[in-house]
Amino acid sequence: MNPRTALPGTAAAAFLACAALLLLFLSGCGPQSGSTGTASTLNLFIWEEYLDPEVKEDFRKETGIRIIESNFGSNEDMLAKLQAGASFDVIVPSDYMVQVMRRMNLLHPLDHAQIPNSSNLDDWFHRFKYDPKHQHSIPFQWSTTGIAYNKKQVSPAPDSWAYLFDPVKAAPFKGRISLLNDPREVIGAALLHLGHPLNSTDPAHLARAEALLRAQKPFIAKYDSESFEDSLAAAETVIAHGWSGEIAVAQTENPDIAFVLPKEGAIVFVDNLAIPASAKNKDAAHRFINYLLRPEVAAKIANYTLYGSANKAALPLIDEEVKNGPGFLHPDNVPLHEIEDLGEATALYDQLWTRLKAD
Amino acid sequence: MTDASKGFRLLAAPLAFLALFFAAPLALVLAASLAARGQPLDWAFSLGAYQRMLDPLFAGVFLRSAALAAAATLTCLLLGFPLAYFIVRQPPPRRRLLYFLVLIPLTANSLVLTYSWITILRPQGFLDLALQSLGWFGPGPFVLLYTPAAVFLGLTYWYLPFMVYPIYASLEKVDFTLSAAAADLGATRRQTFLRIILPLSTPGILAGSMLVFIQCLCAFVVPDMLGGSKTLMIGSLIQQRFLTLPQDWPLGAAISITLLALIGAAVFLTLRLDRSPASPR
Amino acid sequence: MDFRPPRPRLDLPALFLRANAVLMYAFLYAPIAVLIAFSFSGSRYSALWGGFSTRWYEKLFTNAEIRSALLTTLALAAASTLLSTLLGTLAALGLARLAHRLRRWFETFFYFPVILPDIVMAIALLMFFRTFLPDSLGLPAMIAGHVAFNLCYVAVIVSASLKGFNPALEEAALDLGASPWRAFLRVKLPLIWPGILGGALLAAALSLDEFVIAFFVSAPGTSTLPIHIYGLLKKGVTPEINALASLMLAVSILLACLSLLLQKRNS
Repeated sequence: MNPRTALPGTAAAAFLACAALLLLFLSGCGPQSGSTGTASTLNLFIWEEYLDPEVKEDFRKETGIRIIESNFGSNEDMLAKLQAGASFDVIVPSDYMVQVMRRMNLLHPLDHAQIPNSSNLDDWFHRFKYDPKHQHSIPFQWSTTGIAYNKKQVSPAPDSWAYLFDPVKAAPFKGRISLLNDPREVIGAALLHLGHPLNSTDPAHLARAEALLRAQKPFIAKYDSESFEDSLAAAETVIAHGWSGEIAVAQTENPDIAFVLPKEGAIVFVDNLAIPASAKNKDAAHRFINYLLRPEVAAKIANYTLYGSANKAALPLIDEEVKNGPGFLHPDNVPLHEIEDLGEATALYDQLWTRLKAD
Repeated sequence: MTDASKGFRLLAAPLAFLALFFAAPLALVLAASLAARGQPLDWAFSLGAYQRMLDPLFAGVFLRSAALAAAATLTCLLLGFPLAYFIVRQPPPRRRLLYFLVLIPLTANSLVLTYSWITILRPQGFLDLALQSLGWFGPGPFVLLYTPAAVFLGLTYWYLPFMVYPIYASLEKVDFTLSAAAADLGATRRQTFLRIILPLSTPGILAGSMLVFIQCLCAFVVPDMLGGSKTLMIGSLIQQRFLTLPQDWPLGAAISITLLALIGAAVFLTLRLDRSPASPR
Repeated sequence: MDFRPPRPRLDLPALFLRANAVLMYAFLYAPIAVLIAFSFSGSRYSALWGGFSTRWYEKLFTNAEIRSALLTTLALAAASTLLSTLLGTLAALGLARLAHRLRRWFETFFYFPVILPDIVMAIALLMFFRTFLPDSLGLPAMIAGHVAFNLCYVAVIVSASLKGFNPALEEAALDLGASPWRAFLRVKLPLIWPGILGGALLAAALSLDEFVIAFFVSAPGTSTLPIHIYGLLKKGVTPEINALASLMLAVSILLACLSLLLQKRNS
């Protein structure tokens, strides 16, 4: 370790680097050009791999507006970043997050005159309580939460949340069950199984759910929202509490994986397009949202992500196997519920979750 | 020029940098801990966050994280010290190579590497298959994954280099001719080690232990993944205050400030054990 | 030259040291082997081996966003390592000159950035930059955040190296007429060099892997690989991610080899 002759070179390099950095700081330049936002760029904040790259390219060719995509991995990350001051033009929050952001006045009211294509949306989305008149958000893609399982190892096919909660039904799969790592999803599933409303704030209901979840804990391998389909594919787990979109993708690789919505009821959620109040380029944002509502564009996206599309007009253009896949699963006999923002009462769920994990 | 003033001259640049990019944000955190809950917070003075922090649930989580961190630190020490010692005794060209080799794994992305661990540790994974082929553990699969043992393994894996490098740094300047002198005088190798080498490596042991302990305490991403997210760590608790709804940024800030005070005090007291003199003039 | 006392035939301690070393390196590299192996798996799920395939590497090379993120990540790591090594070493040298009592206070302060959880630091940094230096969001802000904690690691490790340093050596050099800079260069620096190098390596590794601060202070259009990987993992653990991680590993191995070669040639 002799720096004797290497040192002058290293020192010079270090000095130059520092000088360069100082200049960077003082001039405030960097690879980003987006903080002032010219009229020809649009800052999009979206889930990873949720938009076919071709769509961005097509949009640029048609309008000259360049889309700069940034990604987040969870609604909460997105919210925190916006709250701490970051600026984006179009964001993609999930339904409950739209409700939260509306409450916090973080969203810009949409100018529907600029989004005529919203007539392509399926009327089904008017039943959702988070933004029924689409004042602040436009439904983009939807997904359900249900039970994924390995067809070869789990027979007969599960049809109820009991396969996750009931000691008798779950016993053969002990240690090979995974649940989502999300308090609303997990507690919600317990509530649905017990016959209580999904968004209940009744302490008696929640107490029963907590008891059920505690009894269940020894049976499960893990709480995981990221790689539940990976574990299923590896036969590490045989039953997974999971989202339809991910399972649709997993199925393309491993046909043994199946997905079902439990008969007591399942959870549906919608990812939406919205414009933050702090957006710098609201006109381009409206144009982009309108563009995404075109049937052929929405179909392209659905064929790429395999998630359910909110666009009714796009349905004829979507591949058959995608429409028959888990992403679009929507049987009539299964009630679908949405997770609603509970305001301050969310603390009840949060405390339950912390207690459950702190054991 | 006195030593102290020369010392301060050297410290000027790093302290200035920290003043701007650490102390200023830290002041914000302190202010946030004294703010009221809001969306995300209300800049009105309130001690509510510190009151909410007194929930016994938090104390339990903190103690468990501390216990796990202490266990992992001890293991890193027991495994890392011999490793550092081994490397430093090697002849120079091999020594450099071995030194680098310790760190290379950590330049790979930690999330991806943790998934690789999961592949190894899962039932029917490499470890399980290897053990089965050796005839151990009978019929059932060897379950290590999603247990506290896996968390412990993960922490030890990630923070081993943080123990090895400080210890190596303090050992490398040990004049091994001293051990020759000691041997001449009839000392056994054990005495040489206990009386000369170990005391000289104390600064490295202390620095390494503190770095490992602190990071283990606040780590949660890797422990969460390897533990199946079934146990709550203090780092996760703090993260949740900022991200999970309902948000409580003041509480997250308050817990962080308290952690800073507690661990800072512990560090300060531990440094007392380090009796190295300053360079006198 | 190593004057060891005469050894008994079966040298248990040396055997133990060697065995421990072998075990530790195996431990450190086991998941690396798996990571690289599965980057060549044809199946989409890295849990299953799907036959040898290089399709993930092909996919990566054609992805412009990933390429740009890779460059940003490397630039970030290089800049933050250089700056933090410089500042951290200065800090350690300065600390060494303080009297024991005073030094303890400052040394404790240098542990603070390590103690503060990264989510707190990240949000505070974003708010700070947003208010005072909004145009520096993105790479400069990421570098600032990383250097803030990296310099402390360097300071702590180099400090450990400096303690127990025999000042008589440096004094002797000065008595013999050497200038302070030369005395430093020829006497002190070679002895603390492993500490500096170790701190620098750790700083680089931490920067390459850091997600939280990078996510919060990134500007639209600047993304780092950890941010991408975090988001991609939400979509499933594909071998593409393994390929990405393997590429970064290749880069760091390359850099390590380069520096080893340079050192060999110089000495």
